[in-house]
Amino acid sequence: MDPLHQFQINPIVQIVIAGFDVSFSNSALFMVAAVGAIYYLLTHGMKAGALVPGRLQCLAETFYEFVANLVRDNAGHDARPYFPFVFSVFMFVLFGNMLGMIPYTFTFTSHIIVTFSLAMVVFVFVTVLALMKHGMHFFSFFMPHGAPIALAPILIPIEVISYLMRPVSLSIRLFANMMAGHTMLKVFAGFTVMMISGLGALGFVAGLVPLAINIALTGFEFLVAFLQAYVFSILTCLYIRDALELH
Amino acid sequence: MTDQDPPTGASPASDDFAARLRKAQQAQDAKHGGKGRLDRGAQGPIGVALRIGTELLAAMVVGVGGGLLFDYWLGTAPWGLIVWFFLGAAAGVLNVYRAISGLGYATGYRRIELKDNAPPDGGAN
Repeated sequence: MDPLHQFQINPIVQIVIAGFDVSFSNSALFMVAAVGAIYYLLTHGMKAGALVPGRLQCLAETFYEFVANLVRDNAGHDARPYFPFVFSVFMFVLFGNMLGMIPYTFTFTSHIIVTFSLAMVVFVFVTVLALMKHGMHFFSFFMPHGAPIALAPILIPIEVISYLMRPVSLSIRLFANMMAGHTMLKVFAGFTVMMISGLGALGFVAGLVPLAINIALTGFEFLVAFLQAYVFSILTCLYIRDALELH
Repeated sequence: MTDQDPPTGASPASDDFAARLRKAQQAQDAKHGGKGRLDRGAQGPIGVALRIGTELLAAMVVGVGGGLLFDYWLGTAPWGLIVWFFLGAAAGVLNVYRAISGLGYATGYRRIELKDNAPPDGGAN
């Protein structure tokens, strides 16, 4: 009945190395499942390499083209070498979100530590990329072009903070959407159960109302699951473009 | 007789449809400012509200967290927290302003320059 129970981490295999708990948890299990599903889809789907694609191949090609267009439209042509990175991020987040929509599964993207780690990977990647491309010139970007020098002591810290905000807002956005949606599904499902146990025969009728809302919410959750994966990768693309161009 | 009707009838109709589709797409693009349409279009008002909330929260997390770390590092409590708090708040409001004024998801540096270039791009990010 506890709507937050679904987010509990349960170790499946207890492992302790040098005093650190590195158990293989349900979260890790679904990360492996997501990677396995992506691997299966891409290798098995593309194995035939048919001119007229089958269902799996069609799906794999759709994902590929979708992300390729995303990278081209948002990061520019120079960003082609970083397509594999964006594709990996997109597929991992998308499959994490979508696997979580199957009943009894665990949504690993609803934990801020997971999304924050993903966002930090993106952040470090983009920063290292910018430093490699532009060297020390990179630091000139914390001073807005054309602003009076007298304002520098205020503007530079603000720009640095808004740069450091990137991984935080990126991770909060994904985690908050996933966690809020899944909690809401459980809360409304809980209403139905409570009505039936509390009101008896009348509860079976009254319980239909939250159930109907839950059906609509499930559809909405699928939209959010896709949209958040899309937003996560579109932001990755924009950050890569910023790192490449820097103006 | 009936066989000849569809070809003669279909061509103007599909032309008309293509013209209407183009017009609708242009109107849609103009309304949402080209590529920035995800911001306000796909997610609706709740998406925009969530996004602004996220920006403000993230700014405060970085501001307060950074301030506390700064104090812990240099032992200047509570001055680091106070200064970083206001800087974080400023950064948050700045990013909300950037989000709302149609700069899309672009964050970080050189926004003023980007803004000058925005009209020729059609307001795209």
